[in-house]
Amino acid sequence: MSAAGSNPSGGSSSASGGNAFTFECLLRDQGNDVDHVQAVVAEALEKHGYNDKSRWAIRLALEEAIVNGFRHGNKSDPSKAVHFGCRIGDAESLFDVRDEGPGFDPDTVPDPTEDENIEIPSGRGIMLIKAYMTDVFYFKPGNHLRMIYRKS
Amino acid sequence: MGSVASRLNVRVQNGVTRVEFVDRNILDETNIQQIGEELARLIDGQVNPKLLISFKGVEHLSSAALGTLITVNNRVRSKEGQLRLSDIDTQIYEVFVITKLNKIFKIHETADKALASFA
Repeated sequence: MSAAGSNPSGGSSSASGGNAFTFECLLRDQGNDVDHVQAVVAEALEKHGYNDKSRWAIRLALEEAIVNGFRHGNKSDPSKAVHFGCRIGDAESLFDVRDEGPGFDPDTVPDPTEDENIEIPSGRGIMLIKAYMTDVFYFKPGNHLRMIYRKS
Repeated sequence: MGSVASRLNVRVQNGVTRVEFVDRNILDETNIQQIGEELARLIDGQVNPKLLISFKGVEHLSSAALGTLITVNNRVRSKEGQLRLSDIDTQIYEVFVITKLNKIFKIHETADKALASFA
């Protein structure tokens, strides 16, 4: 995997930690940069034997996490970036997404499946991340999300 | 903005406006916003709209797209219309189940079954 300095900026990868694949970069553009990260991750997952269902789940969770970082964390401020990092191994993978916003308390997000919220058109991203990832952690002040996916 | 390519394939069949997506992945926020605007125009142009949205060929869909579908559903209902969804891939259907949106949308296995369900 090339770590050439095309967008997203600062992309770097290595095969440290046994045969685990690591990659980190700074995302500035919600379109192209996210596509690039998804392509890099998809290739690494395939090489490490993640099946279609796993790759689909991880893609969705990453999409939701990064979009939340841009939209809710950075409030779509173009001067702010989303920091992405991952370590993809044969048995499990770790993904970090950190925005440059003030953070939030994930426990205050209303449950979108409750009757009174079901017709509100937002608030499902975190729920999907939790549904598809094995473990999800928010580091205080809440602008840093860590997601772990273990092969079942 | 007249030169922007439509993200929807639309045809009318037996009084039902039948919509399919151009994109395989409904993830990009700009595209989702455009899809929402196009669907809103379709709904607003009809009295008691009958709208069938087929997901044939759609492989990925984000929560932002779900949000747009909820807005579309509310809009159709406010015009006393009917909305049906069809041809949803198994993995995407699981997203509807997780979010319990399978309970608010009328989802059919195929477009033909959905067409037959309109009152």
